[in-house]
Amino acid sequence: MSAVAPLPAIRRRVRFPILRHSLTLLGAAIVGFATFVAIFAPLLAPHDPFVQNLNNRLIPPLWMGGQPGHLLGTDQLGRDYFSRLIFGARISIIIGVSTVIASGLIGITLGLLGGFYGGRVDDAVMFLITCRLSIPIILVALTVVAMIGSSLTLVILTLGLLLWDRFAVVARTATMQVRHLDYVAAAEAAGASRLHILLREVLPNIANHLIVVATLEMALAIMLEASLSFLGLGVPPPLPSWGLMIAEAKDYMFFSPWVIMIPGIALFVLVLGINLLGDGLRNLLGADRLQ
Amino acid sequence: MWLFFLRRLLLAILACVTVMVISFTLTRLSGNLAASIAGPNASAADIAIITKNYGLDRPLPVQFLDWARHAAEGDLGRSYLYHVPVWNLIRQRLPITLTLGLTAIVIALAISIPLGIIAAAREGTIADRAIMLVALIGQAMPSFWLGLVLIIYLALDLQWFPISGVDSWRGYILPAIVLAFSAVPALMRLTRSGMIEALAADYIRTARAKGLSRSKIVLKHALRNAAMPVVAITAVQLGYMLGGSVVIEAVFALPGVGYLAWDSITKNDFPVVQAIVLFLALIYIALTLLADLVNALLDPRLRR
Repeated sequence: MSAVAPLPAIRRRVRFPILRHSLTLLGAAIVGFATFVAIFAPLLAPHDPFVQNLNNRLIPPLWMGGQPGHLLGTDQLGRDYFSRLIFGARISIIIGVSTVIASGLIGITLGLLGGFYGGRVDDAVMFLITCRLSIPIILVALTVVAMIGSSLTLVILTLGLLLWDRFAVVARTATMQVRHLDYVAAAEAAGASRLHILLREVLPNIANHLIVVATLEMALAIMLEASLSFLGLGVPPPLPSWGLMIAEAKDYMFFSPWVIMIPGIALFVLVLGINLLGDGLRNLLGADRLQ
Repeated sequence: MWLFFLRRLLLAILACVTVMVISFTLTRLSGNLAASIAGPNASAADIAIITKNYGLDRPLPVQFLDWARHAAEGDLGRSYLYHVPVWNLIRQRLPITLTLGLTAIVIALAISIPLGIIAAAREGTIADRAIMLVALIGQAMPSFWLGLVLIIYLALDLQWFPISGVDSWRGYILPAIVLAFSAVPALMRLTRSGMIEALAADYIRTARAKGLSRSKIVLKHALRNAAMPVVAITAVQLGYMLGGSVVIEAVFALPGVGYLAWDSITKNDFPVVQAIVLFLALIYIALTLLADLVNALLDPRLRR
């Protein structure tokens, strides 16, 4: 990545490089850890996240006087909270990664086309972006899920179709900047096809910007899934989505606040980690001018 | 200037039409709309009656044109649940959502502009880093969760605010703070980057050479130039907030437009749903159009 740096990055004087890098590393560690937990959830979880035990409802976490064997206590149906939290990481990571792939495909394609061809093509792309931005995301996503029926796949598809705008905007601007650089002209002179130029010359050289967008969108997708599930129109129960865990535990939060604190903090830490990583990458990859 | 204005207006109208198609299509996504309105226990006869009464047996393009023509005349249809015109429902609840949105945007600006200015004036220092870290933390806070946490600790434990509802002005404070939180990071970043850019400009060096005080340079010369993009994004953020207030209104049980939308979605009240999606999109389109025009008036370079 650093071998090709077509866009002269504005390097700012950083007086606290250690602080900046340590935050980036912290973000990378959080994201890496969450991914690890998501992949190995069945091996890590001490209990089945779906098995209910109505005799063991709302046991507080260990440090609040709970029972051994239930580190984070149990929920209102007696399911082990720690295990549900672990499987919840899986849902968040799946949502984040799949949504970014789907929205990235749409947005980057549109942005590349608009930025490269300009003219009418660009007008059309800009128009699509305008329309997309004017649509209220949460309302539309809620309506789609309510009309078709909640499922993980549908939430991913809906968010993927809604969150491509920033990919398109950034890909378009970045493509415009490299469009007239020498290596693109050289490839054109060498008779390379348009597709080859777009995918092999332009795309690798704007990838640094797109990676930063990908982190932002991943955080946003995870947050939106949690919000939709919280409103009852996201991932269907009994799946342990963190947003759904908060929604289901809401009625008990006045007497046992930890039931909403635990999934809420997990969500907060994961999104913060992704944002810290994205912020660090933005500086490291010299992509700080387009976002 | 007029050409720019016309072009921009034409685009906005085109966007409106597209959004109408989308909001109409959305509510027809379910396989059988009449059956989902009627509910799981409805008989075939009930479904047939609903299909007939709502004109759902007509071809989709006909239904769309019918709805679009009425919507263009300001008639958004009738709620099948409340049996009143949709516009009445929206109009009743709009003051609550607007109060919430405007209060939130004022809070957001009051937090993000001073912090953004401080971060820019002290760029690269520990204060700048700390402020940017606060922005990241704010960005990572799930709004519905923050709302619940504030309800538990500030409304229930300390009893400073009502738990839900808007019987008094105090009911607006917690939801407005939570809603403001979502806009602070973007506004703060923009203020900061705009100020950094403005502070690096030649006229600042001139002002400095003239011996003006630092605070005067920052607040008078730089801020004026950094303010423009902030004004534009504030309009956009207000549009987002009106759309995003559905989550906050659900958490705090505020009977605003967002709550109405959520309620109508869960109850399949499709005329209300498609009207609110359209209504919010129109507000957003109008706000961005306005922001573009204000910017074009202020900065002739933008008139292309």
